[in-house]
Amino acid sequence: MPVNPDLVGRAFPPTAPYLVGREKVREFARAVFATDPQHTDAGAARALGYADVVAPPTFAMVIQDLTLQQLLAQPDSGIALERTIHAEQRFRYTRPIVAGDELVAQLAITGVRAVGKGAMVTSEAEITDAAGAHVVTATSVLLIGGEE
Amino acid sequence: MTVERASDAATSAGSSALSVGDVIAERTVHLTRESLVRYAGASGDFNPIHYRDDVAAQVGLPGVLAHGMLTMGLAVSTVESWLGDSGRILEYGVRFTRPVVVDAESGADVGIVAAVGAVDEGTARIDLTVTHAGTTVLGKAQVRVRRD
Repeated sequence: MPVNPDLVGRAFPPTAPYLVGREKVREFARAVFATDPQHTDAGAARALGYADVVAPPTFAMVIQDLTLQQLLAQPDSGIALERTIHAEQRFRYTRPIVAGDELVAQLAITGVRAVGKGAMVTSEAEITDAAGAHVVTATSVLLIGGEE
Repeated sequence: MTVERASDAATSAGSSALSVGDVIAERTVHLTRESLVRYAGASGDFNPIHYRDDVAAQVGLPGVLAHGMLTMGLAVSTVESWLGDSGRILEYGVRFTRPVVVDAESGADVGIVAAVGAVDEGTARIDLTVTHAGTTVLGKAQVRVRRD
């Protein structure tokens, strides 16, 4: 089954709220070698004007991943995980993610383009906080190989 | 294990002396299989190609690979002490162009050099050159930052 071009413009429900924990931020910071104290020391984060420890920039992927699970769960997507390559990733920030944030992501597929036997899929997640304000938009470009 | 060196060329994102080509930060990060397992746990990405040699071989990979998002994350962390506040980051994007193979015994070194790519009144573009085994592994790795 080829990638379904009708995914573009399809309405998806927002993801369940994700509560960002302080220890999760510390764990993620350690995993990506983010050694700056703003990620682990609440006092250092407060000195910069944040309520709690600041998540490293790519932590947004953890929230975006919830939307990629929604995409893969579409029975008619034509996207097979084993033939999927993460080709490109972008983040556009209004502010960093901070421990204590309760975040919701809204999925939109903004492009499906045929590439040989496969397709290039652009998947965007708009991540907002409990007040509904924009935090970060995460965009993945996925290359789906054609079936042999 | 991380080797870090702050550059003398430009001491902060707000520095008026910022000019194109200035190297603002660089480091080498040594990845081991433990790093990959740690990132899998922190991110929730448990794709076995990142920790199982047999699965990596089955799908035709040259070995167990680092998560692209781990490379993307550790690359941007390199500039954070120069930035001071990761809230200065407006945008960050990369293309995943080559895999980082992490040997079970010897691991893998990833080198990051961050240089000023463009400057305007309020923002700067930082270009990250990320290499492993003599080749660039990320394409167009660019961070757009606020300078105020």
